[in-house]
Amino acid sequence: MILETREALSRLAERLGGEGARLAAAERLSGGASLETWAFAIEADGRREELILRRRSAPVDPSAARKVSLETEAALIRAVAARGAPAPPVRHVCDPADGLGEAYVMVRVPGETLGRRIVGDPRFDAVRGKLARQCGEVLAQIHATPPPAGVDLLVTDAAAELDRWQEVYRGAEAQRPVLELGFQYLRRRTPEPSVPVLLHGDFRNGNLMFDPQIGVAAVLDWELAHIGDPAEDLGWLCTNSWRFGRPDRPVGGFGDYADLLAGYAAAGGPPLALERVRFWQAFGSLRWGVMCLTMYTSWASGVQRTVERPMIGRRVSEAEADLVVLMEQGL
Amino acid sequence: MTTHPRTPELARAVAEWIELIRPALDPRNAFLARVAANAMATIERELTQGPAADAEAVRRLTSLLGRTGDLEALEAALCAEIRASRADEHTPGLLPALREVTLARLAIDQPSYRHEGLGQPGS
Repeated sequence: MILETREALSRLAERLGGEGARLAAAERLSGGASLETWAFAIEADGRREELILRRRSAPVDPSAARKVSLETEAALIRAVAARGAPAPPVRHVCDPADGLGEAYVMVRVPGETLGRRIVGDPRFDAVRGKLARQCGEVLAQIHATPPPAGVDLLVTDAAAELDRWQEVYRGAEAQRPVLELGFQYLRRRTPEPSVPVLLHGDFRNGNLMFDPQIGVAAVLDWELAHIGDPAEDLGWLCTNSWRFGRPDRPVGGFGDYADLLAGYAAAGGPPLALERVRFWQAFGSLRWGVMCLTMYTSWASGVQRTVERPMIGRRVSEAEADLVVLMEQGL
Repeated sequence: MTTHPRTPELARAVAEWIELIRPALDPRNAFLARVAANAMATIERELTQGPAADAEAVRRLTSLLGRTGDLEALEAALCAEIRASRADEHTPGLLPALREVTLARLAIDQPSYRHEGLGQPGS
């Protein structure tokens, strides 16, 4: 499989770089269950171009995983980039001639994605205070982007999301009082539906490329994009599991609610109440708790036999601890 | 002196051996080996702290629900109460009991996790 991808990348190097272009380097970065990410470089006439390949290596059931196709991902990145949002420039969407299946190529944006470094590394001390506001601005740009023509995205809202995740929770047949209470608590506080917008769907510390000088350099991983409540993206960014040990900084472990909301409003986002963001933040902990449960059940049922799965299953209590505190504090 | 290695000690010995061989592994297996070492550490904590945590959880839920049973039965009963809307966040003693039970479980599962309640001023 790896050799196959390398051979295909060599052919792709000629296609993208022109005659005489060659593949200078190729390294697989991450081993997701169904998605491969490769860093590679093309050299032609003494010029070197650093690129990233995203490639589907195993089919996903889109109705179950709710993941968009890589072609859609590329179309979304192009659409938000046209509105000024920082996204990696799409260099090429692969077709059957490339022999890579479902895949696209983007320009490699330098920077850091490891959440723990963003919240703690001294290299980010100078820029850290600006990040929450920048995230607000970027989210307003994404939310103002009309979904590209021909792209079919799921439309959802708070009530539908609670239904969906409660169904997943029931399917796991777990008896977890905190999660049970979390569903009840959030159902009683479901915000009124708002004008639905394009959402990134996984906008959190870890899926953002940060540069120590400029801050937010690129928004990555668009596969959970959908249409819904704008506060969903802001709330998920504030969910404590993505603060990497800094619960005192509610926005991604690097900033405050006020800066996030100020950046969002300044960039033209619709007015959002903090309470609405906190609803989605709490929903984020609930959803993460259920996701951890399903990581365990996928191991227990034999679908995914890796030691990582049952250990993520032990992270349900992290989500439960955050939920209990949020229910004590109130939204 | 006890000369029979206790189970938590076996877990620790395995975790230490995994750490020893980890640097020689390829990146994917080095990552999984770290997860495996963490799993052994969780097993050690479960063995040493688990019985007391479970007993305390049973005591809290018994007093909250006014009925007896093992932990699994008590948690299932509490879930049923919540589903039937006979209990909610205003039920006296419910949130404090869930907080204590959850934090005791978190101390076994992931003691380094800094939960939402540690983000408050003065905490």
